[in-house]
This record gives sequence, structure tokens and C-alpha cells, in this order.
Amino acid sequence: MSDLRHRAASLSPGFVPTAVLSILPVAAVLGIAMLAQLWLAPVLANAGADFFIKMGVDILVAMVLAISLTMVNGFTGQFSIGHAAFMAVGAYTAACIVYYGSYRFYGNANVQGGLVSSMVYGVRDVPWFAWADALFLGALLAGGLVAAGCGYLVGLPSLRLKGDYLAIVTLGFGEIVRVLVQSQTTEVLAEGASVTPDHLRMIPAWGSTLAVDDYITAEAIASAPVWVWPKYVGGALGFGGLPFYTSPFWVVLVAGLTLLVAFRIKSSSYGRAFLSIREDEIASEAMGVNVTAYKVRAFVVAAFFAGIAGGLFAHTVGVQLNPAELGFQKSFDIIIMVVLGGLGSISGAAIAAVIVTILPELLRTPDLLAASWPYGLGGVVLGAGLIGVLRSGGRSTTLGRAVLFAGLLVAGLGLLALWAKGSEVDLGRYRMVFFALALIAMMILRPQGLLGVGEIWDRSFWADLVARRSKGGVS
Amino acid sequence: MLEKFLQTLMDGLAVGSLYALIALGYTMVYGILKFINFAHSDIFVLGAWLSYSMAIMAGLSMQSAVPVAPWIFAALGAVTVLAAVMQAWDRAGYDRVPAAWRGRLPTPGLGGTLTIVSLWGWSSVGLAFAARMIATGAAESSAWRTVAGGVILLAAMSTCGLIGFCVERTAYKPLRKAPRLNVLITAIGVSLLLQNLGQLDWMFGTRPQGMPRLLPDVTLAQFAGSETVPPVKLHLIDVVGAGTAVVLMVALDILVFRTKLGRAMRAVSYNDRNAALMGIPVDKVISFTFVLGAALAAAAGFLYAQKYPGLGQTASATWVLLGLKAFIAAVVGGIGNIRGAMLGGLLIGSAEMFARAYQSPSVADIYVFGILIVVLLFKPTGILGTNAQEKV
Repeated sequence: MSDLRHRAASLSPGFVPTAVLSILPVAAVLGIAMLAQLWLAPVLANAGADFFIKMGVDILVAMVLAISLTMVNGFTGQFSIGHAAFMAVGAYTAACIVYYGSYRFYGNANVQGGLVSSMVYGVRDVPWFAWADALFLGALLAGGLVAAGCGYLVGLPSLRLKGDYLAIVTLGFGEIVRVLVQSQTTEVLAEGASVTPDHLRMIPAWGSTLAVDDYITAEAIASAPVWVWPKYVGGALGFGGLPFYTSPFWVVLVAGLTLLVAFRIKSSSYGRAFLSIREDEIASEAMGVNVTAYKVRAFVVAAFFAGIAGGLFAHTVGVQLNPAELGFQKSFDIIIMVVLGGLGSISGAAIAAVIVTILPELLRTPDLLAASWPYGLGGVVLGAGLIGVLRSGGRSTTLGRAVLFAGLLVAGLGLLALWAKGSEVDLGRYRMVFFALALIAMMILRPQGLLGVGEIWDRSFWADLVARRSKGGVS
Repeated sequence: MLEKFLQTLMDGLAVGSLYALIALGYTMVYGILKFINFAHSDIFVLGAWLSYSMAIMAGLSMQSAVPVAPWIFAALGAVTVLAAVMQAWDRAGYDRVPAAWRGRLPTPGLGGTLTIVSLWGWSSVGLAFAARMIATGAAESSAWRTVAGGVILLAAMSTCGLIGFCVERTAYKPLRKAPRLNVLITAIGVSLLLQNLGQLDWMFGTRPQGMPRLLPDVTLAQFAGSETVPPVKLHLIDVVGAGTAVVLMVALDILVFRTKLGRAMRAVSYNDRNAALMGIPVDKVISFTFVLGAALAAAAGFLYAQKYPGLGQTASATWVLLGLKAFIAAVVGGIGNIRGAMLGGLLIGSAEMFARAYQSPSVADIYVFGILIVVLLFKPTGILGTNAQEKV
């Protein structure tokens, strides 16, 4: 009885209005993003660790993708294998808006952003937030919205199709998007290129100002109407010349907001409906859940975030947006993250995104790996010690085993890299082989993924250290 | 106009029969295990590359014969030794260890499997050597070249069947009771593994290679041409390719619908638990299905390499797309349905070739995927598929 009263009290509006409370996490994410941009990134850059900044950006973009797919594959149990297509739609929408929009507003396609999207750390004489950042933000949102529209279209067949058949439709959609982009002209409207009759036919506005064999000028690009933008996105050769806006600020902001939204959805009535559909579609329908509507909603939300991640990906330093990279193998990469982390676990997907992004990179740069084997051995010792201590205290040893296993893995990989260095075997060529083997082994030995359906703070191994289990209880 | 139509139709049927061969593997595995075996297209690629390697080894290309890589003998030897050890363990060892240890040691039963694997591996190598002997004995005779090609086809089918068997036993069998998504991820893992193993230096490498022609480049017949329009040509390679495909498909159809083994396959596909209760060795039937599918994919790989001799590296996007189209053929025909896969293959092949000829090569794939989505929307179980009612 007292428990009920306590819960009722917590439901009534408290001293701090709910509106303020719900803004707080968003503000916190914004603060963390600013901190990453203005403090962490410059510190890393000064220390010569640009590699880590780049890795961090890649990881966070992968994280957004993995978490968004978790909403479809993990929460709702729908099997989407075309997630990269939403990313591609968002990427190309954002790229068009930023590239051609930059020409329209600034006369060139350079980064015009303020401090938040500056990758030259230490420069302080620019404003914090320039109008070009608003353009980038708007492009991201537009990419997300267009992708969400596609998500609606792809979600609709779920009215008729279930399971594998829906998966095949998503696969087909993904390939259609890729082939459509690839079949476009392999051209981006760029300054200095010569004008062809095709241009004058496609862009009638140029007819009065330019002639065949003239050079394309910035003004001409700026005057290209919106409806020809999607035509000139580089086709199979990729969209070159995009400005690099994706700074640590933007990725941390988007990843933080995605995490926030995912957790809120999971614990809301929407999330319950999603999970119920995953567990048993027929039963949840009998309980009054509108199955089709919720499936479509899951697709729309997931596609929105995937679209935003695509926009971020398109403007990352060193990336040339190319449709061949956004085919179904990219979709598989994202699925691998979701399943590795545990279907339905948000934190699991986030952790798996980190692992899946880092592991192949580590194998590509074996020096770092070769130097890490002593730490691995340290982990083994620590893990063994933890198991001993915890067991003597009658507690679970999950944490000890996790540390031991991670230590063994690092030590093994490190020693392997050391041996490869000695015998001049190029480990980088074997990285995908290792990755594939690890994937198969993971599926056979731990089919539920790293975390199962729970989150990392639900796991017993944190409880190992604090709670005392019954005597002699081993996990 | 008629000439172009007929030529396109013939090209479409030639390619479509290859798609159908690959699609059969997808559809049989789906019919039995209800999962999409994404590694199947890589078996097809492996078939193409293995037949290339065997042709090189037999000295059928321009350069002289290449010796067999020693690691193949080392690996087969190791498997043979292991098989002998496990046989001894099965016969006598297991009963002699204390009962308390038995849980930690391998259970008996592996010896037979390993023996099959090693014998199978040796006979595949033997077939490849037979092709080499025929090729060296025949010198320049084109008829004997074709015979050597036939032996290489058999060797590639046998090797790929063995690989399919090993993949099923090691990667998929432990996951029989796991959720389907897990099996699918494993299939993706196997696919990644095969693709990237194939790219290593001691396998096929990353450079594209040209498959030597094993059939004479003969035009069997030409008709319906005029002074301005080139005539429709019937190439030997198309006839042999489509003919082999048809023979294999008819053989498969007889196997599945007219033999006891085929009845067992259909029973397992219908309900594996009931089949097990009726005394059908489910695991063996499943393994056999994988072997059959892999062998057909290898045949498709060989024929494809004959028709389009430029082989790209094993992980290249062309291969992936080919496998995907074969998969679409299986779905369009009705996944799980063997005759549907044949029909779907011919349909997809023709659709692709017509789009290529009458519109442009770059949009051909859009039509293929468009057909897929339209079929799925209006008849989700495919053209010949039967409707599976979901029960509560």
C-alpha cells in the first residue's frame, strides 16, 4: 500500500516542471558535444592523435546507425536488411543541399561554418555558430525527413509481408536506391568544367548566360534549379567536392540525441508496443496493439536517424560519398553491430558499434596491436585475481570472467601481431578473415550477443562488486 | 527487330539457366531450414575460381601447367591423420576413459565424418589430376580439351560440395535451434570468410584472371539475318551451358520427386520433427541438401566462367550482385519451391537481358529488383509458391 502511494506521488508534477526536466538531458548532450569540440578534440589534436578523432567520428556515426536499426530489428523484431539505403537517401539529400546550397548562398563549396564545425582547432576568431552551420543542420534534418518518408514507404508492405519476405523487400529497396544513384550521370556540377549540350537541355536557366564549351562558373552552379540537383550527384563515381562539416560536435550531438530518443522510446508505451510485437505478433494484436501502425512507425523513426547518420557520413573528412559503399554489405555491417550487441539492447548496439569499427582498423595498423599484448596479459592477471577474490567472497564471477576473456583476446591478438611483424606477414590482409571468424564463433558460442536484451547497467557483473550473493553462488 | 528480340531472348535464357542453377541452392536450403543462405553465392564464386585454378593446373591456358599448391596436400593429409585418430577414438578410446572425463572430451561419431571428408577431398584432387592427365595427353586436340573441361566441371562440383558440407557441419549445425537471425548472421559471416579467404595470396589472389576457353568458339547456327541486320547466332557455349543446366535440373527434379531420398528431403522440409519421428536421418538429409546446392552452384560457376571468362576478385561487387539476382530468382519463383526456382531464374535472366538490350545496362538491375518487389507485394510467396498459413 505504501508502495502504491509512493508511486502515485512520483507521478504528480513536482517542484520542477516536467517541461524543464525533459529539456535537461538534451541540454546535457549539447554541453557534452560542446566539450568534445572545444576541449577534447583540440587536446587530442595537439597530442598528434588525429587518428583517434577520426576513429571517434566513425564510431559515433556507426553508433547512430546501429541504434537506429535496433529500433526496427531489436525492438520490433522486424528484419530489415536494407538499412544502408536510408543512410544513402539521407546522405545524398544532405549532400545536395549542402553542396548546391553553399554555391547559392556563398558562391563556393567550402566550409563556411563557425566554431562548432571547425576542424582547425585553436582558431578562435570565428563565431560560434555561423549561418552555414544552420544550412548543414537543415540539410541533416532534411536528409532525415526524406529518409523517414522512404521508411514509411518500406514499412507499408509490412501490412502484407512478414518475416523473411519483409526482409527481402527491404533488401530490394536498398539495392534499388543504390542502382538508381549509380545509373545517374557521373558528374557533379563543378566550376571549370566545360558546358555540354546536355547541361543546357537539363538546366534551361543556363541557356541565356552560357553556351556549349563555355566553362561552368560559380554563378551558373548557384543558378541551377533545385530539381536538377539530384541529377548531378556523381553517379557511380561518387559525389566529390563536398565540404567537410562533420566535426566532433555534430557527431556527439547526434549520437547523444539518438541514444536519448532510443532510451525514451524503449521505456515508453511505444517501446512496449514494439517489444510486444517482437515477442508475439498475434498476441499483441489481440491485446489491442495496432501491429501494422507500430511497425511502420518503427521503420519511420529508424529511417530518420539513419538518414541523419548518412548526412553526417557524407560530410566526414576523407569520405567520398559513393553509392557502391552504401550497398547491402553496409546494411550487413549495421546488422552485425545490432546482433553482436544483443537484439534489443541499446547500449549493446553502441558497444558493438565501437568494437566493429575499431577491430578491423586495429588489424590494419598492427603496430598498435603488437604493443598492446602486455596490457592483455595484465587483463588476464586482473581477471584471474577478480575471479579468486569474488569467489572467496561468495559472489558471482561474471565480471572476473569478462575481464579475463577480454585480456586473453587482447593478449592473443597482440602476440599474433608481434609474430606477424617478425615473420613479415601482412596482418592487414587477414583482417576481414579474422573478423568473419570472430562473427561465426560469436554466433555459435554466444548467440544472444554481448548483452542479450538488457542494457549494460542491468548486468549482474556490476552487481558482483556490490551485492553479496547467497553463499557459494556462482553467477 | 525480330532478330534483336530473338537474340535477346536467347541471351536471357542462357543467363537465366545459370541463375536457375544457383537459385536452386537458395531455394532448397530455404525449403528445409527456413533461412536465407547468404554464403551460397560465394560457393558459386568459388566454383568459378576453382575451375579456373584447375584449368591452369591442367595446363589448359596459354602458359604451362602450374603445380598444385602444397598446402592443399598438407591440409588433406592433416585431415586424414585426424580422421584415423578419431576413428580409433570412436572404436576403442571413448569407452576406456573414466566416465567423469567424458563430458570434456569429444564424443564419438566424428571419425566417420572426418573419413568421408578426407576421402572426398582426395578424390576431388584426383579428379583434378585426371583432368591434367587428359589435357597433357591430348595436346592440341579440341575435343579432348572439352573432355578435360567436363572432368574439371565434375572436380569443381565435388570440391564445392565438400566445402558446402564442411560449412554446414561447422557453422550451421550448431545453430539448428538458434533464432533465425543468428543463423543468418552466421551465413553472412561464412560469406565474408569465403570472400576474403579467396582474396589471399595463397588462394586466388586479388588480380582478375581470364578463364581459358575449354569449348571451341563455334556458332552452331545462324538465322533470320539480312544485309543490314546481323543474324541471330546460336553459340555452342550457350547451348552447352543451358543444356548442362537443364540436364542437372531434370536430374534434380527426378531426385527430389521420384526417389526415396527426395521424399526424405521433402518430408524434412515439410516438418523436420515429424520426419525425425518417422525415422528419417534429418541431419544427413540437411547435409545432403547443402552438398547438392553447392555442387549445382559450382556447376553454374564453371559455366559462367566459360561464358564470361573475366573473373574478378572473389569479394568484388559483380559476384555479389550475381548471387543476389539468383536469390531474387528463387524468391520470384517461390522460395522453397524447386520448379519455381527454375522458372524464376529464366524470368529474371530474360528480364535483365531485355532491359539491357532495349534500355540501358545501368538500369537493368532496377527492373530485376522492381520485379522482386512487385511479385512480393502481389503474391508474396512467389509465382509457384504455396501459401503457408501462420498458426497461433
